[in-house]
Amino acid sequence: MNTSNPFVLLGFGPNGWGASLVAGAAMTLAVSIAAYLVGLVFGGLAAWARIAGPRPARRLVGLYTTVFRGIPELLVIYLVYFGGSEALTSLGHLFGRSGFIGLDGFLAGTLAVGLIAGAYQTEALRGGFLAIPRGEIEAARAVGMGRLLMLRRVIAPRALRFALPGMGNVWQQVLKESALISVTGLSELMRAVNVASDSTRLPFDFGIAGFALYLVLTSFSGGVFRNAERSLARHERAR
Amino acid sequence: MRELDFLGATMLQLLGGVPLTVGLTAGSVAVGAVLALLLALLRANSRPGAALVSAYVFVFRGTPLLLQIFFIYYGAGQFAFVRASVLWPFLREPWCCALLALALNDAAYASEILRGGFAAVPKGAVEAGRAVGMTRLLLLRRVVLPLAIRQALPAYGNELIAMVKSTSLASLVTLMEVTGIAYAIISETYRAIEVFLCAGAIYLVLNFALTRAVAVLEAKLGPAGT
Repeated sequence: MNTSNPFVLLGFGPNGWGASLVAGAAMTLAVSIAAYLVGLVFGGLAAWARIAGPRPARRLVGLYTTVFRGIPELLVIYLVYFGGSEALTSLGHLFGRSGFIGLDGFLAGTLAVGLIAGAYQTEALRGGFLAIPRGEIEAARAVGMGRLLMLRRVIAPRALRFALPGMGNVWQQVLKESALISVTGLSELMRAVNVASDSTRLPFDFGIAGFALYLVLTSFSGGVFRNAERSLARHERAR
Repeated sequence: MRELDFLGATMLQLLGGVPLTVGLTAGSVAVGAVLALLLALLRANSRPGAALVSAYVFVFRGTPLLLQIFFIYYGAGQFAFVRASVLWPFLREPWCCALLALALNDAAYASEILRGGFAAVPKGAVEAGRAVGMTRLLLLRRVVLPLAIRQALPAYGNELIAMVKSTSLASLVTLMEVTGIAYAIISETYRAIEVFLCAGAIYLVLNFALTRAVAVLEAKLGPAGT
């Protein structure tokens, strides 16, 4: 049963862990995309409130970004996972169900990492908005664009172009933070690496495999963002 | 009242983890800074060195810190020759492994920040130093490094805060720093929100103090009269 041949270990045969590692990588990608989208919603709303909201809303956004950028990610995951499970359990008691109800790891992880990503995304989006040359907005107003049309045709595309590098950094961060979701027992890549390491007692080999798979994920998705940046900047003259 | 008692007791317990959190941060940042300087110099001064350093940075910035910590803590012990070596008493200790992983990770980010600082040093300043006959080492110490460090300081401040947060991962290799203690209290009492508030406050205070310290240093290192 025990083999140390790396081709067998990392392969897809009965003694191979290849399938479980690839499934883990797919789960990492799925939970990262979900968390990134949640972060985009939080970040978009918060940036909007920060730019155009009343003073209390701006204060609230300031508090949100300070807290979630200053507290360890792991702590936020514990809060959402255990806090969410507590809330579910007491809700269950209300409806006559006894015993502990655990929050789903995917859901808790998505929410926690999304909350953190949203705080960083707020700053990236706000920076993008602030980088739009005033003249462009004035020009849009001068030709009589309505607020919504201006948002759709001028502000959103231009802000996106300036915010994209920062948004790419947030994505890289989300991808790496998703490894912490393994503490909830979600079988993403980090957890798959740990399970394989423990079962085979070959943590070095599977660690290397984990590094390789994460590097594939981070560099390929980095390429996607670089392409998007290039395509959004395609109308600009080379300087 | 009972609620306040719980918060107070939790806070006291969590504060017991602060020395470990601060120690891990200080230790890894100190080692990381030395490594970062070496990496940045290697990158600037030789072509094969530059390739090596960029590969190092690629790996450490492209993979999760948690994997790096686990890899050093569990991975090294897989080999008999490591277990027989003089380094084993260190590599067996979770504290040493966490510190090593944090320092290596920090070095990758900090060397990139320092590289940006080097790039911002005006050519004229270097030429002037050379013109008065400074040796390479003296030039580095008196001209290049002070200017580069001043330039890199704001970005480095962010990296320091990231490091404070990163030390929380040491709890996953059994170290009882603030987050480790928080986890223990949560699993004992099932009161995640209260514990989060206390632990979060500790981290926010630590990071606020750090931010202030960097701002003071920035003002001090800035050009005279600004």
